[in-house]
Amino acid sequence: MIKGLKKWRLFALMTALVVFLAGCGREEISTLIPAGEVAQDQFNLLILSSIVMAFVILVVTIIYVLAIVKFRRSKVGEDLIPEQVEGSAKLEFLWTSIPIVLLLILAVPTVYSTFDLADVSTMDVQAEDGEGMTHLTVNVTAKLYWWEFEYPEQGIVTAQELVVPTGERVYFNLISADVKHSFWIPSIGGKLDANPENVNTFYLTFDQKSSELEDGVFYGKCAELCGPSHALMDFKVKTLEREEFDTWVAAMQEEATPAEGALAQEGEQLFGADGAGCIACHAVSGSGKGGVMQGPNVATFGDRNRVAGFMEHNEENLKKWISDPQQYKPGNLMPDPKSLNDGKDFTEQELDALAAYLMSLSVEE
Amino acid sequence: MSSIAQKQGFGAMIWDYLTTVDHKKIAHLYLTSGGLFFLIGGIEAMLIRIQLMKAGNDFLSAGTYNEVLTMHGTTMIFLAAMPILLAFMNAVMPLQIGARDVAFPFLNSLGFWLFFFGGIFLNLSWFMGGAPDAGWTNYASLALASEGHGIDFYTLGLTISGFGTLISGINFLVTIINMRAPGMTYMRMPLFTWTTFVASALILLAFPPLTIGLFFMVFDRMFGANFFDVANGGNTIIWEHLFWIFGHPEVYILILPAFGIFSEIFAIFSRKRLFGYTALVFATILIGFYGFMVWAHHMFTVGLGATANAVFALATMIIAVPTGVKIFNWLLTIWGGSIKFTTPMIYAIAFIPSFVAGGVTGVMQAIAPLDYQLHDSYFIVAHFHYVIVGGVVLAIFAATHLYWPKMFGTMLSEKLGKITFWFFFIGFHLTFFIQHFLGLMGMPRRVYTFGADQGWDLFNAISSVGALFMAIGVIVLLINVVITTVKNERVGNDPWEDGRTLEWAIPSPPPFYNFAQTPLVRGLDTYWIEKMEGNKEGMLYAEPLEEIHMPNGSIIPVIMSFGLFVASFGALYFLDGDKSWPLPVLILGLLITFGSMLLRSLKDDLGFHISKEELIEDAKGGKMDGSK
Repeated sequence: MIKGLKKWRLFALMTALVVFLAGCGREEISTLIPAGEVAQDQFNLLILSSIVMAFVILVVTIIYVLAIVKFRRSKVGEDLIPEQVEGSAKLEFLWTSIPIVLLLILAVPTVYSTFDLADVSTMDVQAEDGEGMTHLTVNVTAKLYWWEFEYPEQGIVTAQELVVPTGERVYFNLISADVKHSFWIPSIGGKLDANPENVNTFYLTFDQKSSELEDGVFYGKCAELCGPSHALMDFKVKTLEREEFDTWVAAMQEEATPAEGALAQEGEQLFGADGAGCIACHAVSGSGKGGVMQGPNVATFGDRNRVAGFMEHNEENLKKWISDPQQYKPGNLMPDPKSLNDGKDFTEQELDALAAYLMSLSVEE
Repeated sequence: MSSIAQKQGFGAMIWDYLTTVDHKKIAHLYLTSGGLFFLIGGIEAMLIRIQLMKAGNDFLSAGTYNEVLTMHGTTMIFLAAMPILLAFMNAVMPLQIGARDVAFPFLNSLGFWLFFFGGIFLNLSWFMGGAPDAGWTNYASLALASEGHGIDFYTLGLTISGFGTLISGINFLVTIINMRAPGMTYMRMPLFTWTTFVASALILLAFPPLTIGLFFMVFDRMFGANFFDVANGGNTIIWEHLFWIFGHPEVYILILPAFGIFSEIFAIFSRKRLFGYTALVFATILIGFYGFMVWAHHMFTVGLGATANAVFALATMIIAVPTGVKIFNWLLTIWGGSIKFTTPMIYAIAFIPSFVAGGVTGVMQAIAPLDYQLHDSYFIVAHFHYVIVGGVVLAIFAATHLYWPKMFGTMLSEKLGKITFWFFFIGFHLTFFIQHFLGLMGMPRRVYTFGADQGWDLFNAISSVGALFMAIGVIVLLINVVITTVKNERVGNDPWEDGRTLEWAIPSPPPFYNFAQTPLVRGLDTYWIEKMEGNKEGMLYAEPLEEIHMPNGSIIPVIMSFGLFVASFGALYFLDGDKSWPLPVLILGLLITFGSMLLRSLKDDLGFHISKEELIEDAKGGKMDGSK
């Protein structure tokens, strides 16, 4: 037993060390490195509750360790019959009332924060006023395994990469187009479900420019099991200063420009209605409404951080993805490439052309 | 067990178990089949940890992983933890209250066989086109979208085994209300009996909502009803409510008996009366009561609104109070006692810090705004494994060691038991402690893979190593069981020497009628009182030695359950529409079930009597191991 305890102590020490060394995770995704007001509030609650709970654990541990050290049979004697104590009303009162006090300490900020984070009243007021709108609204539609972001006031749509201004409230209307999903940007704030039957509304605030991050984007996740590729239903978040954001919006609102360069033009041809017809599902212009197209809008494809939400952003991966979507994201709804290309696989040349074209689609400078 | 086999032959033993209505043998059945499902669920857990050992692993495909995680959860909750606890309830509770059997021995057998066939049916999905893949929570939108028959196996299998559990719950309630020995007032019942009582009440109230949900799901999937079909005006949130109105009490159905087991262990191995027995009883009742008022804390992120979230957050926090009362009463039970570190006791000792850790993270998740971050992340995975493994599974292992002599008449090796303990305990914390941090670092649960660029690699690797330790612990336990059974060293009435309650006053295993004479109970810890007063027999009797009326065994429960098992296959394939056999199979199955019900109703079975002479003969020794 003693030997076992020693082993346990050493092990606990090592665990603590490892945890310490690994730090708090990556700033793009860790809730422990909050980059928005909501996440900060939640982080503060985490710290407060951790302190209260650490106190509870400390009290229990002290009594516990003392008890198992002091009252071992080897110490108190083999034949001892301990006094058969029935209980103590005083003690019962003590350990009923102290936890109640501790819970009250937690209950007050809990209730306050629950109502605070659910307060979206300013969104409607702003919308009615129509002018001086400083708050942005984004309609999010979760689909089998990708995300559509519509900016109704700006009349633009994008997918897979949410672009938002820093330092102001961004309101989100969440809905799912198929099964239940959940919208989560860990370092910006907690999640909210995208249900198939109703719109859920909440707000987040983005306090840090994503360009300061190592990877240049915050990571967003689907947090509700939604099928085979649930794990791959990632999205990315770019946060820009308000001015940059306005520039981005203006660029999005412009008509798509024709492709430049022979290869990209060949790709555009193939992408269009006369080729494989990708354009039937994938709009190449950022202006428009959400919920119209079957597939993700690709107007910003060249600006993106990932292919299909999770693969490194390069032409090689893009070609792999186009030639066999099911292998990389099982269960997604993109048609079999052969069915689009007269029953044949895309040739290497065609894939090169498509990749060149898609990578040329950009609204950023 | 083996001695009976030698006397009767193997076939006779099988027949005996198929037809038995003896609560002690039904306990063996529950323990064996629950143990089997525990191993299956454990293998599924290992597959999960192998897959998540490193970033981008391709050991399991995305679809298969979802099946494995669904079956791991479903198997562990419905087919492993609950049946194994029912095994101990069956084995011990009637003995603790001084009863000869449960109130309805026939129903007891029926309950087991329904659970068994439901569990087998569910697991056959692996070989018949794919297991369910929508998580153990089976959220409606995903379940309806799921292709193949996996979800149908889930709904039908759980419906059948759910009936079994419901029957057992009712049976235990009636038993505890009606069959207590003279003098065994409610406030003299051992705590394990109390927790069985409250857990049975929870079963009675919690399973119907699940059954309703499952029926809706069956109707939606098979007959095109639109309860959950959003396109046709259905609502998937209804499933979430129904599931969690069941699901939250379900957690207490598991943890309360675990509390009961640990309460017994703390008292026995501290040689001390439970501190604050009354408080422990009322805390149990309160936990059971509050358990029904907090289900929506599983749904904080669904968008129920701030008012609902705040109310359920506060209601959830309240549960921490009675749970805390329990922890402190256990601590004060061992305080001032004489602690003997047997295998059951070290499990109980280890349970306190593990469960407190799980409890405090529970309170953290009750803070609704914080839960928006923690929900559906690895933090919640860590939390519920801390309460279920750190609470329920440790209790199951502890009870296996504690009650093995009472159930089988032999002692599991203490040495191997402690080896199991250390492997399992270290592995458990290694696996799950670190998962709290994975969750805080943004890792969602139920992901079949993760990218290397998110900072989760190291902790996942550590977690997988921990799982290996747990597996080694379980294997050592199995070896222990085999060695103990082969050695077959019989033990006496009170092998732990410090037994306090009635079950320790009678032989191990008890004769099939338990008590030749019904005991008279004079207080809490009956056997301890008699021991302390120098009563050599260990109990006082409430009646003279008389004939005992016992029920006959019956094969009908097996046939009745088997009929539903057959009918389920018919129902499952019926709406494929391209086969001709499902309808006849469905009808045949229902005929078997209703036919055997009719037979049971029409045929009088008056049982049999054990004569005084036989009882005296038994008491002289020889045939005390439960054989007829």
